[in-house]
Amino acid sequence: MKNSKQTASAGEGRRVVNEMRLRLPALSQNEGVARGTVGAFLAQLDPTVEELADLKCVVSEAVTNCVVHAYGGRGGAIYITVRARADREVEISVRDHGCGIANVRQAMQPMFTTDKSGERSGMGFAVMQAFSDRVRVLSAVGKGTKVTVIKRLSPAGEL
Amino acid sequence: MFGSSRITVTLDGGTLTISPRGEIDHHSARSLRDRIDNEMYLNRPAILILDLSGVDFMDSSGLGLLLGRYQRASEIGCDLKLAGCSARTKKILELSGADKLFDFLAKA
Repeated sequence: MKNSKQTASAGEGRRVVNEMRLRLPALSQNEGVARGTVGAFLAQLDPTVEELADLKCVVSEAVTNCVVHAYGGRGGAIYITVRARADREVEISVRDHGCGIANVRQAMQPMFTTDKSGERSGMGFAVMQAFSDRVRVLSAVGKGTKVTVIKRLSPAGEL
Repeated sequence: MFGSSRITVTLDGGTLTISPRGEIDHHSARSLRDRIDNEMYLNRPAILILDLSGVDFMDSSGLGLLLGRYQRASEIGCDLKLAGCSARTKKILELSGADKLFDFLAKA
């Protein structure tokens, strides 16, 4: 009986209480639009200042990857989905139909960059990992990439 | 406005202080990079201080901007220092180990 109650409770926690879908053209000015919009959506969950800043940074990194790498500055569509669950877990996915990543493991290595100008740090995925609980990357060359980031917010009202 | 930044520039003897304000992301980093480089090459200071106290958002594109300026400043024998870094900016620098490259000042 105890086990079935725990299962039911866990199931309730997974319930999606709100969801946002956003489609933006892959323009660099939309990096700020994306993180600002996601930040506004997340504000209703009463995150800490730190948690909100973490997730805005994560969105900025993922969207920048779409603009710079997936579409190579040629434009395309970026699809952002944000789900808030009853247990205060936030799931953000950022998807593109760009060039895809041939070697995801290599791309996620800190300091790895294909840029030769010395102006890119190669720290985008490392920042996403540092500022969230989990990062999942699915990619197919020539088809696109989906980055999903999970972060559990602290209980509402706690500092 | 999202992803925008403005700068103020002060030259005091051999010290050039550049203070960006606003958000540093991939979008704003491009124009910021050009403005900082223009001022640096024009004035050829012994010390360049980037005062980040007015920066309220920075991601890894900002880190790329700082690393790039470190490289350019080194090439002309200019000593680059960072002032007014927030805890968050420092965290991003520390993730990459770039914090070891810079001298940090509490204030510009």
